Amino acid sequence: MTALLNSPALYAICGIIIAFVAIVAVIFMVRAYKAGIAVGMDKSMLKRTITSSVTFSILPSVGILLGVIALSGSLGTPWPWLRLSVIGALHYETQVAQAAAEQVGIGALSMSNMTPVGFATIALLMSICIPWGMVLSFFFNKSYLKKIQGKNKDEAGTEKKAGFGDAAMTAMFVGLVSAYIGSYIGSFVSGEGLFSFKGDLTAIIVAVVSAIVMAVFTYFAEKKHMIWLESFSIAGSMLIGMLAAIFI
Amino acid sequence: MDKNAYLEKYNKGTHILGRCVSAVAFLMLVGAPFLIGKIIGGMPNLSAVAKGFISVGLIWTVSSVVEFLVYTPMLGAGGGYLAFITGNLINMKIPCAMNAKEMAGTASGTTENEIISTLSIAASSLTTIVVLALGVLLLAPLQPLLQSETLAPAFANVVPALFGAMAYQYFRKNIKLAMIPLVIMSIVFVLVPSLISQTSIMIIPSGALTIGLAYLIYRRTEGQNK
Repeated sequence: MTALLNSPALYAICGIIIAFVAIVAVIFMVRAYKAGIAVGMDKSMLKRTITSSVTFSILPSVGILLGVIALSGSLGTPWPWLRLSVIGALHYETQVAQAAAEQVGIGALSMSNMTPVGFATIALLMSICIPWGMVLSFFFNKSYLKKIQGKNKDEAGTEKKAGFGDAAMTAMFVGLVSAYIGSYIGSFVSGEGLFSFKGDLTAIIVAVVSAIVMAVFTYFAEKKHMIWLESFSIAGSMLIGMLAAIFI
Repeated sequence: MDKNAYLEKYNKGTHILGRCVSAVAFLMLVGAPFLIGKIIGGMPNLSAVAKGFISVGLIWTVSSVVEFLVYTPMLGAGGGYLAFITGNLINMKIPCAMNAKEMAGTASGTTENEIISTLSIAASSLTTIVVLALGVLLLAPLQPLLQSETLAPAFANVVPALFGAMAYQYFRKNIKLAMIPLVIMSIVFVLVPSLISQTSIMIIPSGALTIGLAYLIYRRTEGQNK
């Protein structure tokens, strides 16, 4: 079964889909870059957006690669490679794969229990549980954005500079970050029993170290005018924060 | 062609392209298990798929709807289509797009933000694709290094490292706004630790609370300006 799930044919199928998505991403990038130039945006800012997004994404991508390695033991390499390159989410795949394995009746998710029917069933369930964002985008992205952004334009159709919409997006993100930081605090205080203060402190320390390093990067970028640092500040902060986890 | 006509054409093109590639990607992803089943000699068991979908799929479907409603306005058209095709939203695409927005200083809903968001999501998606392709290609030599016990705690803490850095970036400019949700969410997780495994769902009440507070601040500022 291992050889079957790692066969060249499976690599070819998954590789073609990933290549398709990569081409789509390149097309979107080139179109957006050209549009940016056409509307008079600063070329260096557009380039800096690309550089910072690439550096930003390297470490989380290595984390996702670990998910591929973890799943490859039971599902072979090509399928987890496809799932996590396209549409998938690290926290989602293992949970759904495990639930599917139970439904198929092979029990624990492992290569020794795997059968062709079991694999095809798990693969299909992984594919149909999560694509709804894509389906909703197909049907409603245009009308939903029109409805929301329409509120951000005046009667002549030109954009207002800053309305509540922008503040709401920032607030949503502040709420998102607060939920995660709150979960680390909750995990330490009550993770091993209510108010036991015996839970894992690592996540809090990593987040604090990462925030402090980010503060240092921001100081140099803003006060010492080392603007180029901005492209690497998140990636650098994350790297040092993650290194702290090794020494705890 | 004047700027407005160009932008209208660009936006129209984004929706056509986004819809086409979303449909093709959907068909490819759902079709692949059947094609693979044919090759390995076993078609999917559809009744097991249906049972599995009811047991775990429904929760993820609700979560996908919420993600679409919440993140589409953040990402815009191009970024939205692309992010929902490439996935990993909370742990990468959303923070990446917000970081790019912060650096460029663009406001949500504007053309400039649409362009920055699309560039950011596209660059982020390509980075993941390249890292994963290289990782799969070099799986044998990389596996011992990536799975070494020494590095395990570092890779187990990618998300706290990400949100620590993002917390500094966002909290310092919105400290009044951030303190209340941070304290309330901490108390909720301390009192009901079982919710810790549901953090991705708890983003919704936390976000709603923060948007409510932001609205009060916005109204007060608007009132003072009049």
